[in-house]
Amino acid sequence: MSGGRAHAGHMVRRIGVFAFFSVVLAFFSLPMLWLATAPFDANPSITVSVPEFTLANFRAILDNPYALGSLGNSVLQAGGAALVVVTLAATAAYALSRVRVPGRDALLYVLLLLSSIVTGTAAMVPIFELATRLNLIDTHLGVILTVSGGLLPAAIFILKDFMDATPTSYEESARVFGAGPVQILLHVAVPLVRPGLATIAVWAVANVWGGFLLQFILIRDPQRAPGSVVLYTLYTEGGQPDLSLLSAFSLLYSLPVVLMYLFVSTRYGFRFHGGIKR
Amino acid sequence: MISLHGLTKEFPGGVRAIDALDLEIADGEFFALLGPSGCGKTTLLRTIAGLETPTRGRVAIGGVDVTATPPGRRDVAMVFQDYALFPHMDVTDNIAYPLRIRKVPRAERRARAAETAARLSLAELLARRPGQLSGGQQQRVALARAIACHPRAFLFDEPLSNLDARLRLEARTFLKRLQRDLAVTTVFVTHDQGEALALADRVAVMSGGRIMQVGTPAEVFQRPASTFVASFIGSTPMNLLPGEVRGGGLRVAGARLPLPQEAAGLPEGAGVVYGVRPEYVDLSPAPRPGAFAGRVAVLENLGTAHLVTLEVPAEDGEPPAGSEPGGATVQAVVPEGGEPALGEAVWAAPRHERALVYHDDVLLTRAPDRAAR
Amino acid sequence: MTSDPSGLGRGGAAALVLPALVLIGVFLVFPALWTIYLGLTDYRLTGLAAADPQVVGPANYLDALGDERFLGSTWLSVQYVLGSAVIGQACLGFAIAWLVRDRRGPLRRVVEGVVLLSWILPGSVVAYLWIALLDRDGGTLNALLNTPGAAWLLDHPMLSLVVFNTWRGTAFSMMLYAAALESVPPSHLETARLAGASAFQQLRDVVLPRIRGHVLTNLLLISLWTFNDFTPFLITAGGPEGASETLPVYVYIVALRDGELGVGAAVSFLILAVNLVFALVYLRLLRARGRDADVPAPARAATRTAA
Ligand SMILES: Nc1ncnc2c1ncn2[C@@H]1O[C@H](COP(=O)(O)OP(=O)(O)OP(=O)(O)O)[C@@H](O)[C@H]1O
Ligand SMILES: [Mg+2]
Repeated sequence: MSGGRAHAGHMVRRIGVFAFFSVVLAFFSLPMLWLATAPFDANPSITVSVPEFTLANFRAILDNPYALGSLGNSVLQAGGAALVVVTLAATAAYALSRVRVPGRDALLYVLLLLSSIVTGTAAMVPIFELATRLNLIDTHLGVILTVSGGLLPAAIFILKDFMDATPTSYEESARVFGAGPVQILLHVAVPLVRPGLATIAVWAVANVWGGFLLQFILIRDPQRAPGSVVLYTLYTEGGQPDLSLLSAFSLLYSLPVVLMYLFVSTRYGFRFHGGIKR
Repeated sequence: MISLHGLTKEFPGGVRAIDALDLEIADGEFFALLGPSGCGKTTLLRTIAGLETPTRGRVAIGGVDVTATPPGRRDVAMVFQDYALFPHMDVTDNIAYPLRIRKVPRAERRARAAETAARLSLAELLARRPGQLSGGQQQRVALARAIACHPRAFLFDEPLSNLDARLRLEARTFLKRLQRDLAVTTVFVTHDQGEALALADRVAVMSGGRIMQVGTPAEVFQRPASTFVASFIGSTPMNLLPGEVRGGGLRVAGARLPLPQEAAGLPEGAGVVYGVRPEYVDLSPAPRPGAFAGRVAVLENLGTAHLVTLEVPAEDGEPPAGSEPGGATVQAVVPEGGEPALGEAVWAAPRHERALVYHDDVLLTRAPDRAAR
Repeated sequence: MTSDPSGLGRGGAAALVLPALVLIGVFLVFPALWTIYLGLTDYRLTGLAAADPQVVGPANYLDALGDERFLGSTWLSVQYVLGSAVIGQACLGFAIAWLVRDRRGPLRRVVEGVVLLSWILPGSVVAYLWIALLDRDGGTLNALLNTPGAAWLLDHPMLSLVVFNTWRGTAFSMMLYAAALESVPPSHLETARLAGASAFQQLRDVVLPRIRGHVLTNLLLISLWTFNDFTPFLITAGGPEGASETLPVYVYIVALRDGELGVGAAVSFLILAVNLVFALVYLRLLRARGRDADVPAPARAATRTAA
């Protein structure tokens, strides 16, 4: 093997890798350029262009009757679902981790299996029916409960992992000092798995925030619709979409999840259990 | 007082960790549970605490049957091997936790925590979390937490085993003084015989879920009731040599030894085990009556003394029942400077007044001598 | 150690587990079962059959299986899964993970950052970003390629969706493969390199055998999620003329827009059955390799469950 050829081969390889990264970067950032420029453009068009800088587009959000309210609805639904999922998953995971119930592992696997196959897509008809009969159409509660039902199995599974990893001597110690089950749960078990609870909460919020189908099915009233649904109606209903409003609102609606991701990845490092996505 | 009657604990799957065990621990006593790994010490301690429910038998504390009482109402404090300090609470909150459960007002429990901490030289560390403490400090916080609630009894599960060797010695002395000052009944689990002998008022030696012997450290050290206890106690294991009664004396490893008084009742030919601690074996370079003739095989430096391992060749003629045909090994501790050279032929003479004779694995005792020991 | 360290007892444990189980039962298990029943009726959203649905037996299922529109949707779904998940996301994700594997520093962070960003933005936002990108009149793509008037979404709807979903979902494969590659001990690669193996040979002989579990896991999960993906509806709404009507879109249009709940439920059930196959294969895989660290724990994988 001649040194020159090896060197040339090395160069070709480097150039190839560099080209690949360039293409990847271009491919992935191209669609997002619009989101970065249009919201600040005085005359936003559908084409990406260097903006004539303005913040006026964000005022359009205030003028729209539903936009701002939909953010509030998203916060309510996401927060509510996170609360329900974290509370119920934590108590269930704690009990399942600490008390040996026959068939526990099988139960968890079946639930996990169900939660991965009973997707919004596969169950939209019965979920719509169920919500209609329970008078949950057009309510935040309907969205919260439906979403929570789907997220709970995985949440229980993950939290059980966290609980299993904490030594039982903490609880036993508290028990010898006279703490009852509720005190042990609140004083000892919950604080010990706080990172796990945070993970689940962030995951649930991201899920509801980015989720579309269930909200779209369950909520007809634009007063109650979350941001994802209102955003969709902005570009599908009635003629030319108002690009000022659409671009500014898209950016505003994306920010919370992006910030949450940044927070999680800097705080805990972006690892797999941070894989908070739908 | 803690008393256990016929206590048995079987785990699902059939492991019998404690086997029909009876024990009385006196008020204010520092009591050590000693035994090899897996013999059921932790299980016994946890059963006293109420963390395990016995399969059979009763536990009484202070004369009250607590077998069915939940752990929190037994008024005992336990220190776990890993200390179980709550990582999310600072030292003050950890120490005050039992008081918090007892609904002691916040100001008072903080004051009491600070007081207890000061007593264990933890005053500087009150605001730290367990993760910011050294092993020794964590151990003292765990002790402080146990002390702060003034329990009737302390239960310690190997509280020193997570410390390094030097710190362990310090903590041992500290623990002994603390227990004497508090005079609270203390049950202490350890697998380190040195720790048990050094700390305890009385020691129970356990094996396979049973108690093999209960006694003061001197008793279990000087007069182990069985060969198991004899081999378990002592920093250098006792010489246990098979022998037999022959011609009014003992034949052990090729040596003719006088028949101890306690073995006088044994018939000719009875098999015995002759036990003598290496500390009570004297070496001499010249033949002596009643000594084992051997050759120095290993020399180990113990600091101020040497442990000498002799190989005693098989006796010509018929070896005593149970002995290995290849001969026996005898160990002796000799003071600094007195050690023989490797390979040298030496004679090892046991001090007969210190020797123990076991027949059917039971220590033979002289009836009148027993009280005086 | 003990079976009940916190002293909950069976009763306490049941009380803590029950609320979660009830919620799961009502909003997850029950809908799944109900799907089967609804599929057996002529239930409609409005009209006579809405008031008094009749059981029509397996007619809906048989109709669906014989219906051209259903079969067409199924074929589109297969294209979508094979094109965007198996080929697009998995290959691109692996390529990126492989090429960034021993880089530290800004290039890796930027590449991973944009790939991740496309994954975490809300679905309705990215849908419009792609509508804008591919727009016939003012789309940035046409401006870049100098192909004014090319109607990507009308002329090549499935191709557009496949490219879109590759863009959207590569992040997951990239992260999973990055984690998998980290689990390959450097000493193994070095041994191969010392023996003179080329990059391709290292990949084939050292890396792939070790990460086979990850590859399978990844393929199963992304296929499952892509199969159930509803985002195509946001971009093309199934059009033009059903040319991009994947199964989820088909169900929505038939059942909830056109009101034929019974037919929709029958199709839903068929989707459920396909999902079940994916999930069972995945669980079998987990069980078979249970102890190996080769397959990521189900819990971790499940965190990334797609809606
Ligand atoms: N929860 C349990 N289930 C089944 N068997 C158990 C359980 N806990 C302990 N055992 C068994 O009971 C026996 C005694 O265990 P224990 O922990 O009391 O031993 P130990 O003397 O404390 O040992 P170590 O010195 O290693 O701590 C062992 O054989 C152990 O395997
Ligand atoms: Mg133990």
